[in-house]
Amino acid sequence: MSVLNLILVNLGRNKRRTILTMLSVTVALFLYCTLGGVLDTLQEAIKVGSETRLISRNAISLIFPLPISYGSRIAAVPGVKRVAIQNWFGAQDPKDPHNFFAQFAVDDENFFPIYANDIEIVEASPPQATMTLPEGMPSRLASYMTEQTACVIGQKLMTKMGWKLGQTITLAGTIYPGEWPFTIRAVYHAKKRSIGEETMFFHWKYLDQKGMGGRALVGVYILDLSNPGRAADIAKQVDEMFENSGAATRTESEQAFQAGFVSMYGNIPFVLRVIGLAVVFAILLVAANTMVMAIRERTGEIGVLKTLGFTEGIIFGIVLAEAAVITMGGGILGSLLAKWAIEGTGFNFGGFLPPMSVHWATVITGIAIATLVGAVSGLIPAWQASQLRIVQALRRVD
Amino acid sequence: MPIPISYNVRNVMQRPVATLTTAIGIGLTVTIFIGALALAAGFQAALLQTGSADNAVALRKGADSEISSGVSREAADVLRAGPDVAIGPNGRPLVSAELVVVANKERLGQPGSSNVTVRGVDPSAVGIRAEVKIVEGRMFTPGTDEVIVGQRIARRFANCAVSEKIRFQQRDFTVVGHFNAGGASFESEIWGDAAVLIPALDREGFQTVTFRMRDPSQFAEIKKRLEADPRLQVQIQRERDFYAQQSELLTNLIRFMGVFITGIMAIGAIFGAMNTMYAAVGSRTREIAMLLVLGFLPHEVMLSFILESVMLALIGGVIGCLLALPINGIATSTTNFQSFSELAFAFRVTPGALIAGLIFAAGMGLVGGILPARAAARQPLAGALRAI
Amino acid sequence: MGAVQVRNVRKTYVRDRQQIPVLDGLSLEIADGEFVALMGPSGSGKTTLLNLIGGIDQPTSGELIVGGTNIATLKGSKLAKWRSRNIGFIFQLYNLIPVLTALQNVELPLLLVKMSGAERKKRAKTALELVGLDDRLKHFPRQLSGGQEQRVAIARAVVSDPSVLLADEPTGDLDRKSGEEILELLGRLNREFKKTIVMVTHDPHAAERATRVLHLDKGVLSN
Repeated sequence: MSVLNLILVNLGRNKRRTILTMLSVTVALFLYCTLGGVLDTLQEAIKVGSETRLISRNAISLIFPLPISYGSRIAAVPGVKRVAIQNWFGAQDPKDPHNFFAQFAVDDENFFPIYANDIEIVEASPPQATMTLPEGMPSRLASYMTEQTACVIGQKLMTKMGWKLGQTITLAGTIYPGEWPFTIRAVYHAKKRSIGEETMFFHWKYLDQKGMGGRALVGVYILDLSNPGRAADIAKQVDEMFENSGAATRTESEQAFQAGFVSMYGNIPFVLRVIGLAVVFAILLVAANTMVMAIRERTGEIGVLKTLGFTEGIIFGIVLAEAAVITMGGGILGSLLAKWAIEGTGFNFGGFLPPMSVHWATVITGIAIATLVGAVSGLIPAWQASQLRIVQALRRVD
Repeated sequence: MPIPISYNVRNVMQRPVATLTTAIGIGLTVTIFIGALALAAGFQAALLQTGSADNAVALRKGADSEISSGVSREAADVLRAGPDVAIGPNGRPLVSAELVVVANKERLGQPGSSNVTVRGVDPSAVGIRAEVKIVEGRMFTPGTDEVIVGQRIARRFANCAVSEKIRFQQRDFTVVGHFNAGGASFESEIWGDAAVLIPALDREGFQTVTFRMRDPSQFAEIKKRLEADPRLQVQIQRERDFYAQQSELLTNLIRFMGVFITGIMAIGAIFGAMNTMYAAVGSRTREIAMLLVLGFLPHEVMLSFILESVMLALIGGVIGCLLALPINGIATSTTNFQSFSELAFAFRVTPGALIAGLIFAAGMGLVGGILPARAAARQPLAGALRAI
Repeated sequence: MGAVQVRNVRKTYVRDRQQIPVLDGLSLEIADGEFVALMGPSGSGKTTLLNLIGGIDQPTSGELIVGGTNIATLKGSKLAKWRSRNIGFIFQLYNLIPVLTALQNVELPLLLVKMSGAERKKRAKTALELVGLDDRLKHFPRQLSGGQEQRVAIARAVVSDPSVLLADEPTGDLDRKSGEEILELLGRLNREFKKTIVMVTHDPHAAERATRVLHLDKGVLSN
């Protein structure tokens, strides 16, 4: 036997109480890690953007378009390797308008080459005709490239909607009204977790012709840089170029662009942190309560231990350790449960967030907090136990 | 003959530390529960009071928000001249054909920027929205570069104070007044003259047309007729219903979050309550045995302990309510992704929320107390008496 | 080694602001290897005296020299350490830890000494053999009779080889036969293992086993 034995045995003394307390802590840590997971996911959403790509949008806001003529002028800026176009489409599935997923109209030359490291085409229809693909375009997109109404769908979205390769789907336009048929010609897999696999991409020309009457309005320009070190300068240069034009631009790193979306959540992250704090405080109380009750039952025994010569210090340590073990156990259980449950089920708050992650850092922090809080909660009972006067303690033995 | 309540009251008071810590644990859960209700209530209040049941809004068919809608000048003219529109005190039809866009503006005091709704209204028809009142400065002069800012966002964004200049598309607009609108979402918007804003922002046509119905009871008829009109290509909704629907997703999200968080905390709190009650029962084995020996029935003993648990929880409930009160009025904001613009609102702790909190607390006490109470009642007399 | 010198010891309790003297200038000498019985009516202070000798209570004034050390001046962890090395306690109600087995209960004092787990187990086993309970190592206190529990308590008291054993009514809760066995054991510890024993008892029959009997009344020794 060792001192550790003594601690564990004491926990087994009243299994129900130990289990209930541990479960309380488990529940609290589950919540803490879930909330932390939301914050982690928001952080990751920012990291989606690379620092070497820039996004140019209309300076007023995202809903104002940019003229197509800007494209060649931006491409001419030194340091810019490729320029792609992306427009938000925002249509709905007519069968279930609340089932939200993103759709983007993208250009034919540069979009997929720019994102070649992030998007991998895993399935594609065989091409009907042969054509030379633009440089850098994945060969599997051949079929997509030959059909104007073709689209590329993310793997998860395919599974969710039960669609099949080659199927024609119809979406109800909102910004661009009418019925929009699309044929699924390729399926992509997101190489980076943060990209998300529930997006649809299709030809910008289709949108221009059917939805814009040929007015050729661009949502955002995506700039791939040959010299990422000069990103800030290039961004400034682009904005200065269009400062006094009909549509002024605002160019920023893709990361900053994404961060802008995250900051739209406003105060919510703060609220979540406050709740996390309340949860921690609640754990403190639960554990403290348990320890106080447990120690009160053991005054006689503590008296005996002291009689045997166990010092105040050792007794203090034993009680503290008991508290910490209970909360640490509950903390480990709750944190891991949160990580597996949330990441395993691909929980994504109804499409509002990318699939949620719970970082290991959050898990470990959670466990550490639980253990620390447990120890702190044990401080008073531990102190009381260590300070028990032997004679009184023994007298209480009935 | 039931066991008197004073027995439970005395016992609860005798264990101040255990009572207090359990109560606070339950209290915190109740506070968060009320907080979640207050958040949802505040959010709903900002939108429920938006718009009147007497007004109708026309958007393009298929559009799911104001900013994705488009109504041509011709269609606006047709609507304005229609028979369904009420005439205002100045003899003009109460119709406001509006530009609705969002502009990305820097926040004050917080890093980052947010989208703010900019609404170009028809100045002759401001009377459509009776709740709108100028609280500082004055109304903008039609035909000029003047705008008014909703009071909710006046302090949240840069350049929104009266007499400051706000910039859109290389043009400066002067803020001449702040307005409120009875708590409606319009208070989070910037308003100007549509006739000036549309060319300034390089737009064509309007996004929506809002009008006062001559006979609001005829709404169904009006809707049917206008939606069938091939010149218009619109969908018609009551103004109030439209704004309520615009917040549906976010309201549901907030509710979901609230329920999720509170539900989990409640489970934790219940475990805590169970622990306390089991301890209470455990330390009173002999007392309970005496009660049974004296002739009290097991179910009376059980009831007594359940009552004690509920009492304990209600103390926590009261603590929770008190802790929740300061939350009332705290302003916060987030982006409504449906309308794609920032919505500012305040937490609203309603009496209903407080009562719900207390009921929730009692519920936790009930659930947490059942098993321990049953254990108390089921004690075999002989075993308990031996301990006497 | 196991000699006890009590010099002019006073012990006063304060209750409700009243000073209650229990021992008032008591002096006493116990030689190494003696088996002393302390008798007296309840309230006479005999348990208090025992507690003082064992270092689990401190005198209000006076000197207490046990095994050469003046423990009246020791405090805190030093006192605890001293106690673990020099004193073995035996209580009326055994005071075993209910969640530990007999073997583990006896190992308990050895946790305070630096030795390997195996060594600890061996010593504890030896102590239990000594008291005749080597077939009950894995039993919990609730599975043992009163007499057996007390024997485990004695094994625990001797396992770290202290020179002084203090027993407070060791047979108070036992039936005659078990009581006899315990007293026999104590006698053996005194004769064969040269342990100094101070035993508080009500029972004159038990006191017969001692080599000297002291009477305490209202804090004053007679005899």
